[in-house]
Amino acid sequence: MHDPESWFRRELERRGVSRREFIEFCGALTATLALPRAVEAQVAMAIESAQKPVLVWLEFQDCAGNTESLLRASRPTVGDIVLDTLSVDYHETIMAAAGHQAEANLAMAVAQKSGEYIAVIEGSIPTGANGAYCTIGGRSALDIAQTVCAGAAATIAIGTCAAFGGLPAASPNPTSALGVSDAVPDVKNLINLPACPVNVENLTALVVYYLTFKAFPPLDAYRRPLFAYGKAIHDNCERRAHFDAGQYVEAWGDEGHRTGYCLYKMGCKGPVSYQNCPNVRWNSGTNWPIGCGHPCIGCAEPNFWDTMTPFYQHLPGIPGFNIANQVDRVGLWATAGVAVAFGAHGVAKFFQGRNVPALAKPSPPPREDRPAAMPSSDEKGGSQ
Amino acid sequence: MSRVVVDPVTRIEGHLRIEAEVDGGVVRDAWSSSTMFRGVELILKGRDPRDAWAFTQRICGVCTTVHAIASIRAVEDAIGANPPPNARILRNLIIAAQCVQDHVIHFYHLHALDWVDIVSALSADPAGTSRLAESISDWPLSSQSYFSGVKARVQAFVERGQLGPFANAYWGHPAYKLPPEANLMAVAHYLEALDWQRDYIRIHAMLGGKNPHLQSFLVGGMATPIDPDQQASLNAGTIAELQKLVAKGLDFVSRVYIPDLLAIASFYKDWAGHGAGVGHYMVYGEYPEADGPGASLYLPSGIIRARDLTTVEALDPAKITEQVTHSWYDYAGGNDAGLHPFEGETSPNYTGPTPPYDWLNTDEKYSWLKSPRYDGLPMEVGPLSRMLVAYASGHPRVRELVTLVLTRLEVGPEALFSTLGRVAARGIETLLLAEKISDWVNALADNMGRRELRIHDNSKWDPSTWPAEAAGAGFHEAPRGALGHWVHIGNGAIQNYQCIVPSTWNAGPRDAAGQRGPYEAALLDTPVANEEQPLEILRTVHSFDPCMACGVHVVDSAHREIARVRAS
Repeated sequence: MHDPESWFRRELERRGVSRREFIEFCGALTATLALPRAVEAQVAMAIESAQKPVLVWLEFQDCAGNTESLLRASRPTVGDIVLDTLSVDYHETIMAAAGHQAEANLAMAVAQKSGEYIAVIEGSIPTGANGAYCTIGGRSALDIAQTVCAGAAATIAIGTCAAFGGLPAASPNPTSALGVSDAVPDVKNLINLPACPVNVENLTALVVYYLTFKAFPPLDAYRRPLFAYGKAIHDNCERRAHFDAGQYVEAWGDEGHRTGYCLYKMGCKGPVSYQNCPNVRWNSGTNWPIGCGHPCIGCAEPNFWDTMTPFYQHLPGIPGFNIANQVDRVGLWATAGVAVAFGAHGVAKFFQGRNVPALAKPSPPPREDRPAAMPSSDEKGGSQ
Repeated sequence: MSRVVVDPVTRIEGHLRIEAEVDGGVVRDAWSSSTMFRGVELILKGRDPRDAWAFTQRICGVCTTVHAIASIRAVEDAIGANPPPNARILRNLIIAAQCVQDHVIHFYHLHALDWVDIVSALSADPAGTSRLAESISDWPLSSQSYFSGVKARVQAFVERGQLGPFANAYWGHPAYKLPPEANLMAVAHYLEALDWQRDYIRIHAMLGGKNPHLQSFLVGGMATPIDPDQQASLNAGTIAELQKLVAKGLDFVSRVYIPDLLAIASFYKDWAGHGAGVGHYMVYGEYPEADGPGASLYLPSGIIRARDLTTVEALDPAKITEQVTHSWYDYAGGNDAGLHPFEGETSPNYTGPTPPYDWLNTDEKYSWLKSPRYDGLPMEVGPLSRMLVAYASGHPRVRELVTLVLTRLEVGPEALFSTLGRVAARGIETLLLAEKISDWVNALADNMGRRELRIHDNSKWDPSTWPAEAAGAGFHEAPRGALGHWVHIGNGAIQNYQCIVPSTWNAGPRDAAGQRGPYEAALLDTPVANEEQPLEILRTVHSFDPCMACGVHVVDSAHREIARVRAS
């Protein structure tokens, strides 16, 4: 059934990865993707037989945090191989060539693999000063993004800056920075993998999904894969029982903090933040922010630098008064945009004295040329 | 005379452009330009100073942690918060782990391909590589069959015809000097280091929730609770796991990185004669060994002028200024002045060519970086500066390690002032810290055992306890060098924020007096064998470990109005 000579199998053998370990890894991935166990074999087969698709990774107004995250892929030997199944033809931080040799690699990928390559974009795209806020080889980021996205089979906006504008677009957005969907509105097959930075397990899972099904996973209203961004942090948080019991951290280092009580009062944004951190965790499953005693800052949400700050101010609602019900409602509203939730709770004072841009765009309508299976706005948005 | 452009400079963080004039096979002049700008400091205005660390940490994801550390120190300085001893210890642990991991990644994944020819490794005799490896280290992965396996993997990769990130590089360039067997060893360790760094940085996940961009920092302390009896706190199990990771870190650094560094450097000793740079070195110092202002530092601060190792001058932050003569900014009082960061202004005014462009006008303004100066002089910052100041200050372990490396390479101290010196100093510092870090794990365990569990100064958490107006500065030694943040707080909100960052010091353009920045000065007289393949330029620029996202500054409110007018 499997081609014993496949490049991937040989690669596995060279790296000392047994068939059984590989199947176990595929099992873990299918769990991340919330797929039925029966799909495992299909995942394994697809990875083994895949020809290396070409990937070009562009960095614009970025901090390279997503690139660093890529280097942290867990399950090291096999995780590496999954990423090795891509031919990374352009990535400024890791590539050996520089200057015009580097630019030639990009030009060649765009010309020869047009319609086939995957574009990954890290960092926001500035539109101020005629593009002079970010140039590479003398060309503006916007110019490069338009060219590269036009020929891409799909574009992955990795990290919150590329997905939604992120930090550079935070008020007052000095460089008129935009996320990919706004900077290149005709981009095809866009998938947003926000978070600051992205959790590499979610990139790995997306790549496997694509190689397995030759399609992209269902997305939410912000074009985020549901397998990674489908549930609120709060729903899967290991401290949820303390929240329900009304047990809160009151001061840093107090007994409740040491015991692992809920961080709601210290400003946790877990109830209005959607990501799989509590399940997948970070750095080979070692830990996650709430696990180390600090509140969630909602880093995968649009405009979180404006909507989730001040970080240490707790979400609307007074603990102790039917709070479970109240926070669940906050969570429900959040999919329609945290701004709506905050507005509903009269917390515009969060932003007093600051020039805050429009907080949450209306959900983008599904497009036929995009692969998304959008949840209907009623599914999670409630009556907002 | 011909003009060579390297843009993008790859294997760095961020966006850097080098223009160089090459004549007779050497660089006659050079210009360093940063081509990306975000305006993080302006974004901070009006915000809660307790949030600032999370914003500034995103200045850079490669040197994650460093702007968070500088930020909380600056705000603590302003409001008078006093973090307890555990917070100091946790921060030292996090800073040192970042430095060790970052330096290893730089050596193997960002810098090595300037010295190591991957294609040459395909003609290596694995038995010879095994003999070489065993002659320099007792690291167990050194058998002939191991290196045969690595060679076969590289061979398969090449035969597949998709070279990916290794395509179109400088393989076969005459400046590569390593024999094939050494190239194969280096390629094997390039791959091993990928696995090593992923494991080692779990120290950060344990102490900060995740890496990149740790999330356990607090103004006034740390958010990571400590309690030997609690599952949700740092406890005895954490200590055991930290000790294991720290030991594995030291094992790799002492048995792989340092032997590789010495072996590779021995083939490139001529690079002790290139890349000298400005010759002035500045260090803020790092790793407080006690609490409160004025605590002694494990790595001392100081200034060395004109390569004079007999004198270490005390550092005075009041002598720091920034100039914008060749930077795309304007100063209200004239562009040739130097302003201290507390008086810093940043009004961007892009006057360069409209993209797409072929050349910058380097006679005018040509970079988004300003030109920082200390007492009017350009300063090199980074591992070389730290090791020189520590060496000249009589730091016992640094003196031992520097002497060891110089002896092994059979060169004198003057060799340190060079491209090769930067590479060697980074390795020496990595070993120094990989050793030292276990002291802080033990200190944390001691406190835990005594039930000294405080992690935070709660007395200054509530903004109502702060003065109406306050100003503070935070200094830090990031992997790439001296980092400073300056903050003004008024009525509980940030009024002004300025960062002067290692890569601004090193990569900045000329100043009003025409003095070159450290990159520009270091590139002078660099040999260039083939202008189409600027491998030698990359060697010297990479020896500084550029981090451009860090280097770029803010806009002020006046500019916002200009921008709006232009947009409409």
